[in-house]
Amino acid sequence: MSQEFRLNNEGLINRKKEIIFSFNGKKYTGYEGDTLASALLANGVHLVSRSFKYHRPRGFFGAGVDEPNAKLQVTMNGYSEPNVNATEIELVKGLSANSQNCWPSVNFDVGAINNFLNRFFPAGFYYKTFMWPKSFWYKIYEPFIRKAAGLGVASVEKDNERYEHKYEYCDLLVAGSGPAGLSSAFAAAKNGAKVILAEDKPRFGGTLLTDDVTIDNLSGKDWADKIISELKEMPNVVVKNRSQVFGYYDHNMTVMFERIGDHLEQKSKFTPRQRLWYIRAKEVLLSTGSIERPIVFGNNDTPGIFLSAAAKEYIKVYGVLVGKKPVIFTNNDSAYETALEFKKNGINPIVLDTREEQNSQLVQDVKNQNITIKFSHAIIVANGYKKVNSVLVGKLNKNKTDYEKTEIIECDCVCVSGFWTPTVHLASQSGNKLSYNDKIDAFVPDKSKQSEKSIGAANGTFTLKETIENGFKIGSEASSRITKKNNPITIPKSNELNHNPHDKFWCSPLPKGKNYKRFVDFQNDVAVSDIEIALKEGYRSIEHVKRYTTLGMATDQGRTSNLNGLQLVANIEKKIVPQVGHTTFRPPFTPITIGAIVGREIGKEFMPTRKTPMHDWHEKNNAVFVDAGAWKRPRYYKQGNETLSEASRREAKNVRDYVGICDVTTLGKIDIKGPDAAELLNRVYTNAWLKLPVGKARYGVMLREDGIVMDDGTTTRISENHFHMTTTTLQAANVLSHLEYYLQVVWPELNVNVLSTTEQWAGLSLAGPKSRDVLAKLFPNLNVSNEALPFMGYVEGSLFGVEARIFRISFSGELAFEINVKSDHGIFMWEKTMEIGKEFNIQPYGTEALSTLRIEMGHVAGPELDGRTIPYDLSLEGLISNNKDFIGKRSLGREAFKSDSRQKIVGLIPVDKKSSIPEGSHLVENKDAKLPNPKIGYVSSSCWSVENNNPFSLGILKNGKNMIGKKLFALSPLKNTVIEVEVISSHYVDHEGKRVRS
Amino acid sequence: MLNIKCPYCGDRAQKEFAYGGDGTVKRPELNKEVSNKEWDDFVYMRKSLRGKHIELWHHISGCRQWFRAQRDTATHEIFKTAKISEEI
Ligand SMILES: [Zn+2]
Repeated sequence: MSQEFRLNNEGLINRKKEIIFSFNGKKYTGYEGDTLASALLANGVHLVSRSFKYHRPRGFFGAGVDEPNAKLQVTMNGYSEPNVNATEIELVKGLSANSQNCWPSVNFDVGAINNFLNRFFPAGFYYKTFMWPKSFWYKIYEPFIRKAAGLGVASVEKDNERYEHKYEYCDLLVAGSGPAGLSSAFAAAKNGAKVILAEDKPRFGGTLLTDDVTIDNLSGKDWADKIISELKEMPNVVVKNRSQVFGYYDHNMTVMFERIGDHLEQKSKFTPRQRLWYIRAKEVLLSTGSIERPIVFGNNDTPGIFLSAAAKEYIKVYGVLVGKKPVIFTNNDSAYETALEFKKNGINPIVLDTREEQNSQLVQDVKNQNITIKFSHAIIVANGYKKVNSVLVGKLNKNKTDYEKTEIIECDCVCVSGFWTPTVHLASQSGNKLSYNDKIDAFVPDKSKQSEKSIGAANGTFTLKETIENGFKIGSEASSRITKKNNPITIPKSNELNHNPHDKFWCSPLPKGKNYKRFVDFQNDVAVSDIEIALKEGYRSIEHVKRYTTLGMATDQGRTSNLNGLQLVANIEKKIVPQVGHTTFRPPFTPITIGAIVGREIGKEFMPTRKTPMHDWHEKNNAVFVDAGAWKRPRYYKQGNETLSEASRREAKNVRDYVGICDVTTLGKIDIKGPDAAELLNRVYTNAWLKLPVGKARYGVMLREDGIVMDDGTTTRISENHFHMTTTTLQAANVLSHLEYYLQVVWPELNVNVLSTTEQWAGLSLAGPKSRDVLAKLFPNLNVSNEALPFMGYVEGSLFGVEARIFRISFSGELAFEINVKSDHGIFMWEKTMEIGKEFNIQPYGTEALSTLRIEMGHVAGPELDGRTIPYDLSLEGLISNNKDFIGKRSLGREAFKSDSRQKIVGLIPVDKKSSIPEGSHLVENKDAKLPNPKIGYVSSSCWSVENNNPFSLGILKNGKNMIGKKLFALSPLKNTVIEVEVISSHYVDHEGKRVRS
Repeated sequence: MLNIKCPYCGDRAQKEFAYGGDGTVKRPELNKEVSNKEWDDFVYMRKSLRGKHIELWHHISGCRQWFRAQRDTATHEIFKTAKISEEI
């Protein structure tokens, strides 16, 4: 269990706590505080993955979000997750990881043959190859691409982890806890602002953890620790590590992804794994730092090649050497810091600098340490397949276009630095149009569109002194604008070594006759040659080049490749980078889990469940429920082994023969009060309402302004200025908004109040020839005769002491009553009715029987009120008043609405009187006509007519009025049925409506 | 998610509101003869502006009041919100 690349004294890991983990089946040891990457590197493991397209061996390249290669399949707590960045995940006991894009193993990968066939895998390979013939797509191409493209494998197990959402408001959100973030958060907190400081990594401090600097005579890390502990003491400050602000949305809404559970060896059942924070901040300060970019050279993707800052981070934070024989390749001073860190630990690096002789403080320091520096040198190509073993180095000519002489230098790792790219993703997401800064050869934020400001390296400020000064200044200003306080600030003194300017050199030229692969984008395997081909083939816009080559489109969003890609396009096009422009940055900054996005809205918490007061009774009596919006409604009550259709026929027949009881609580109910209540109804409904007497109900249809039927229902006049409106279950909320719109916006002069009372009333419908007998026994003191309570009548009564409203209305076409009581008494009403109805053979019926009954009668419901029908189509023209105006009336005068050959509701029976007609079937005249067969109508609702004992359907049919008696075909391509049907009247039962009036 | 100031309740998250479209449309008066064009303009024709737009919102998960907002359709900046009875 040796960790031969682990240093004895460096790093912030806890050497007292060993952690055993496994990688590709083999056990290794690391320490608490390691990432999976640092622990593997401590054990000398570099080869971790195969590249996306060519299956080339790949190793670690970065030390954090910059990592393009080390995406692993990780199993923790029995749960497997793909594409986990090994440089970001913290080592925890029992963690097991596997390489993903290789078969049978990362050491021997069959797909690597792609590497030798690479001339067949140029840019646009997928577009060019997998095109013809079309029939190959599903069977051959797609499965091949899926397998070959293999990122990880998503788990098929249920995710038992807990994910949460949180909403937070603050004055200042500071994203990133490097020197810029710490100084600005500290200054703002001192002004009393409510501050949230978010750090993506487990440790606060950013570059202060790795840079050899002092602040107020403390080391960078000690100063960071001091500031953080002071901030944590302040009640107005929230400090969060393991928390990445990944998205910037409208009105200064940002979303932060907090990782809470994964690094814990043991966590309580109620500790979430991850949490999403929706943070609305008055001001956002972006101190997200910068990411080192590579220099491009031959085989620059060989394992053992690192960003130089990553190599430094592995030493300083994790006490791990990425190699013992390093070559450092740079175009700027910052890689010299890495050289010094190696030297401090007894390792002698060789530095290759593309610049001519330099003499900055930092370079001088390195010279003083007797470290070999070769100026005007570049790496041409790296040698070694699964691990770098030497580099071919060339002395650059004056123009840096070719080499004067070359030599081979043996090494076991390469640390490369091509200067720094500010992390501008969040600024760009906020709407900030970036501008190009040619001092640093990178884009920086320009004018803010929202209340945001970038500070420090994120803004292109690369010296500590300036960063801290700006941090304090901006933090203080931004907060005092909000809190109106102005606490005096003392900017701490910092010490750092001066740097010389960087060299614009970003890509080693190919020696004549050589054809080395030089990668720009590691994760998507995009080489210099791919981009050259795309441009040769005529792609110009950077957005097109990006999509054609997939440059920067991998999950790392091109963090290390974007600028080099732009530089290359600019060079070929003989432009400068700002003319090429940049592609769009989109959230999330790094991948986040679906679980975190979904949060607690899963399973039964996905949406609220609405239950009627009688729900438990239905459940006890074997109801099978159906969802109606958020409501649960009994669909049928199962007896024995009954099927749905057997049960619903039994229930419907019982209504026609005796009496049935149905829970209608879910119908929308709206209380309408005020002196102008009748006037409102008169405008909203198509028929007349002003003269409706008190104690009477009326059926009404309401339209949208475009003449389409919106909803129907009965409304009852309880007293002169008080109405009780009912709506269909699903339209209840829309109808209320509709009424509120007209009352508040269009006709504010009407003195009316509307209020939803759906939840206040429990309702049951009592239907069938025996319903009056039951009602009479429920209300022994009430005269419920046909004379005293006629059809569409309304009375109030006492149901064994409970106040009740009784409406004589019918949806089933039978003699029927609806009883409403306050919700709390719903179950009492229901049970009492069942008890009293027993002698009359009462049975409960569900929505399926309810549908059967209304379809037979030709009553329209949801399937007919589908947002495409006008009153005429539904044979409701009798409800259109000619003597008044109403919402949507003017639209009914439109030419097409008046046409005599318009669609109209009809009844349909199968000619064989046996075959059920599937809902949604198309109605056609000729079943064998050439496709597309002209459709002249559709089947909206179907049932088994219990009255006539054969199938019956309602349909909407073109020229339906003149089609009665015709024979048509109902085709259902979904059910694969062809049924000959006869067109009949939509009123299949009780044409004259005698029963409801009996 | 936008931050919308209901004139009755104050600042609230967008998810409490329903959008109501162009807030300058005037419904023709009841019982008044209107031409086909006038009616079509009212029912169907809406501008798809880039820039300042006066629109209706309904505080559906709050006070249930309709109100008007002046919003930039390109930047989502909301300049002002006002009760229906107020000028905007
Ligand atoms: Zn409100």
